[in-house]
Amino acid sequence: MSGWSQHQGHAIALPIHNVDTDQLIPSRFMSTPRSEGYGRFLLHDLRRDADGDTHPDFPLNRHAHASVLVTGRNFGSGSSREAAVYALVDAGVRAVFAPSFGDIFAGNAINNGLLPARISEEDMSLLFQALAGAALAAEVCLENSHIQIGDLRIGFDLDPGWRTKLINGWDDIDLTLAHRADIERHKEDLIRRAPWVRPALITKSS
Amino acid sequence: MTAPRTLLDKLWSAHEIGRRDDGTSLLWVDRHLVHEGSHHAFSKLAARGVPVAEPGLTFAVVDHYAPTRGRDRIADPQIKYMVETLRKNAHKHSLRLFDLKDPGQGIVHVIGPEQGLTLPGLLVNCGDSHTSTHGAFGALAFGIGATEVAHVLATQTIWQKKPAAMRIRIDGQLGPGVTAKDIALNWIARLGADGAQGHALEYAGSTVRALSMEGRMTLCNLSIEGGARFGLVAPDETTFAYVEGRPYAPAGPDWKAALNHWAELTTDETATFDKDVLLNAEDIAPTVTWGTSPEQAIPVTAAIPDPNQLANGKAQGARDALDYMRLSAGRPIEGTPVDQVFIGSCTNGRIEDLRHAAAVLSGRKAKVSGLVSPGSALVKAQAEEEGLDRIFVDAGLEWAAAGCSMCVGMNGDLVAPGKRCASSTNRNFRGRQGPGALTHLMSPAMVAAAAVTGTITDVRPLLEGRTA
Ligand code: SF4
Repeated sequence: MSGWSQHQGHAIALPIHNVDTDQLIPSRFMSTPRSEGYGRFLLHDLRRDADGDTHPDFPLNRHAHASVLVTGRNFGSGSSREAAVYALVDAGVRAVFAPSFGDIFAGNAINNGLLPARISEEDMSLLFQALAGAALAAEVCLENSHIQIGDLRIGFDLDPGWRTKLINGWDDIDLTLAHRADIERHKEDLIRRAPWVRPALITKSS
Repeated sequence: MTAPRTLLDKLWSAHEIGRRDDGTSLLWVDRHLVHEGSHHAFSKLAARGVPVAEPGLTFAVVDHYAPTRGRDRIADPQIKYMVETLRKNAHKHSLRLFDLKDPGQGIVHVIGPEQGLTLPGLLVNCGDSHTSTHGAFGALAFGIGATEVAHVLATQTIWQKKPAAMRIRIDGQLGPGVTAKDIALNWIARLGADGAQGHALEYAGSTVRALSMEGRMTLCNLSIEGGARFGLVAPDETTFAYVEGRPYAPAGPDWKAALNHWAELTTDETATFDKDVLLNAEDIAPTVTWGTSPEQAIPVTAAIPDPNQLANGKAQGARDALDYMRLSAGRPIEGTPVDQVFIGSCTNGRIEDLRHAAAVLSGRKAKVSGLVSPGSALVKAQAEEEGLDRIFVDAGLEWAAAGCSMCVGMNGDLVAPGKRCASSTNRNFRGRQGPGALTHLMSPAMVAAAAVTGTITDVRPLLEGRTA
């Protein structure tokens, strides 16, 4: 995963609260290998009617090139499916601005280079007003934690560790392997201190 | 003297290998549970060419795509592919697999505890948000995404920032026909679907102490529906009695050593929480959802809320939900006709849940069709031994094999578009049970009541003179 610190693109508003991960990608698409791309599944059932025709008024249908979403509270709540993040990323989305995010979703987003930017409810309303049905040029700055749309500049919250990770594009597995000796020590200590922690059937047979 | 600590503090420090400058901890993982949905993670592992670090601590199960009927030949190629992929990965990495025909097969959050894989004091991870269920044993259990699953597979550790601590105390005695499910829907309705976001949630109080392990698992399971990635109940005699003698649980001298350790797993009396909530069990009625978020829940005796009277920016969401659910504001929720019922899932697919439902259905006929899918093959066998399957079948419901089934519909058990289902599951999200499906969440006893009358019904009168 490559890191980033600035993004220029187009922002749109999706003024709904509680967009759960079942909305972001319905479960029936989740057996698809990632290499086939998940962008077409993004918000599939909200964007289409029962016959599969797209709703012309849905923000993402009007502005398919949008790369920044401004949305309501509790975005990405529900299932841990990382496929929800794949759908956003594969559709070209780099940042989501919302007052709050599902905890698991936010972690998944960081692991895929997608920014989950927390903003106040007031700033959410300001951005909804500014965007009202339009897609406007936007610039997201990770270093200084703000988004700029025209004259409007709005700050966001992000865990500092997550910011560093997004900017550097870190891979956790590489990072963890540097702690190999500590992990080994913890494991051996555990076996000595609390042998019952290992699953009993395994202990018996080995 | 050490500062007073919460159960979360104790569990966290026991698993912490190290901490980064930004405050993120590297934690040791005692049990890692994987299922068909973990295919993305196994692909990542293959791409890196690394093995599973601790195959002996990793357990695989077929549940999300498990057919509940006609298991011998899986007709749907996509479902077959998902099951086969898990088989291949389990075989390649020498993982214990609970396959479709295994007597221990079932939903991952039902079989973990049932097999004694879930124990007090452990850290349990699974690529599934309802991993919070295992916290009912006083374990640090949380759901993770695919990148994290790959990380646990490769290193047996996980990076995680310690959440804030929250406690919900529930005191008093639950009324007849009121269950752990109703407690959960109540606090979520009160605090919101994001009310516990960023927190690990410990359940305490006399009501929780009086709950069986099944009830505690239901409570912890639903923590994520209120935004909490972790649910916790301090272990006690009820916990130890449940764990003792399970296949993978410690035995002999190890059992005694474990018990000594587990006795320490409580929140110190003077420890404080970042958020503390009090509930009175006597105030809780059988509860049902009317909308498309678990927070949109009301007592079965109440009227469907009027969006115009909802505060806090919830009005538009409520209007959209009513529109999707085809319901009118101000009407009583009771009496709403349903097309079908479902009993099962990791929330309410355990033996006690089936007993509750059977107590209502015994000697009665269902007015609508329905499916009962036990949470595991062991639950299924136990229910059959108790004759519960006969009660369901005699009532006109279908008795099927174990799996996630109609909770998520991945195996093809779907609610048809526009059909209304009374369901013992955990998510009433739009389309969760199938595109256009209308889901009402409630306890298994309430689902049974809905089956009997064909409408959303207060279960209490139906229980009079019966032992539930
Ligand atoms: S029963 Fe439902 S909630 Fe539980 S693990 Fe299966 S799909 Fe997830």
